[in-house]
Amino acid sequence: MAGSSGNFDPIHQFEIQKIYPMEFMGYDISFTNSSLFMVIAVGLICAFLIFSMRGRALVPGRWQNLAELFYEFVANLLRNILGEEGMKFFPLVFTLFLFVLFCNFLGLLPGSFTVTSHLVVTAALALLVMAIVIGYGFYKNGLGFLKLFVPSGVPLPMLVILVPIEVISFLARPVSLSIRLFANMLAGHITLKVFAGFIITLASAGGFLTALSVGPLILGVALTAMEFLVSFLQAFIFATLTCIYLNDAMHPSH
Amino acid sequence: MAEQLNTETQAPSKGHEKSFPPFDPTTYSSQLFWLVICFTFLYVVLSKLAIPRIGEVLEERHDRIQRDLDKASKLQEETQNAIASYEEALATARKKANVIADETKAKLNEQIASERSDIEQEITKKAVEAETRIRAAKTQALGEVNKIAAETTQTIVEKLIGAKPSTSDVDSALRN
Repeated sequence: MAGSSGNFDPIHQFEIQKIYPMEFMGYDISFTNSSLFMVIAVGLICAFLIFSMRGRALVPGRWQNLAELFYEFVANLLRNILGEEGMKFFPLVFTLFLFVLFCNFLGLLPGSFTVTSHLVVTAALALLVMAIVIGYGFYKNGLGFLKLFVPSGVPLPMLVILVPIEVISFLARPVSLSIRLFANMLAGHITLKVFAGFIITLASAGGFLTALSVGPLILGVALTAMEFLVSFLQAFIFATLTCIYLNDAMHPSH
Repeated sequence: MAEQLNTETQAPSKGHEKSFPPFDPTTYSSQLFWLVICFTFLYVVLSKLAIPRIGEVLEERHDRIQRDLDKASKLQEETQNAIASYEEALATARKKANVIADETKAKLNEQIASERSDIEQEITKKAVEAETRIRAAKTQALGEVNKIAAETTQTIVEKLIGAKPSTSDVDSALRN
């Protein structure tokens, strides 16, 4: 079945295809469709932010307004969660947010590749966040960072139970952070593809079934709209959780 | 485990029945390599170029708005001051006007009083003069009445007795 309708295979869109094979010290570092869309996303972000701010107008135009909107959005997120001292993490969170957002949006274009639908990418981003949280936590608070795992005002016997729970919940953070984004993107795209496949299958079936193909078409349109929302929401959630975890690094005692 | 091995060994040989792409470890190294390059590049461009630029524009706008607000409040204060000084000037002018009016009134009253007293004096003088004149005329008239009476008496007496009495007799008789 997969052979006869290879185009309908909902998993096909996640396949990584080498565009320019490369190897470095035994590791495969080929330029693939995934790399291509990473480069496109980065290029679009840079072009958008630099082109839009070209005028540096006091009264912003449309593009400049959009760029400022993104900036203020992430800046407010940081200010609300981390306060003014958290603004030193602004470049990191802004980069993460825009990278995830653009990769998610680009993946919605038909025939494109979704960089964030691969667990290794989202896991790398999540581990980067956790590495910064741990590194900055110890740098700022020294061993006091370990207070993160010891809730204050709890009797000693309770700590025996609570500390392992806190440690496990901390270790679960990168897992949940990466899998949330990855699974949302993956599931959304599979659903879209399946519904798109239904349209073609029904339409080519002829007769009464052709008329029925309007059903999955409407659903497909609705799902596409929802996927746009999910794409934005997941980028927003990723940025928000990054802020919350950074807050733990700055103020470990809770 | 056997199944997994099976799919992996079959993957390269046939087009379908590949392992699920996101869990294919052979692609990890290339994805990670390009992710690191792209993400680092993006971070550097954003933190060195885009963010300072946007921040600068936003700050400039914020400053500008603050400046304009400050200027507006300063202008408002100036207006308030101008109104206050205007009202003060108005009050002093009004006071001055009152003083001038009072002074003029007093001066006019004085003038009127002096003129009135002048006129009254003149009138009194004229009245006295007139009285004197009247009295003189009266005296004169009375004197003439006596003379006419004496002449009349002389004539009557002459007609009655045929002899003209002397003037001195008639006078003394009339006086009695």
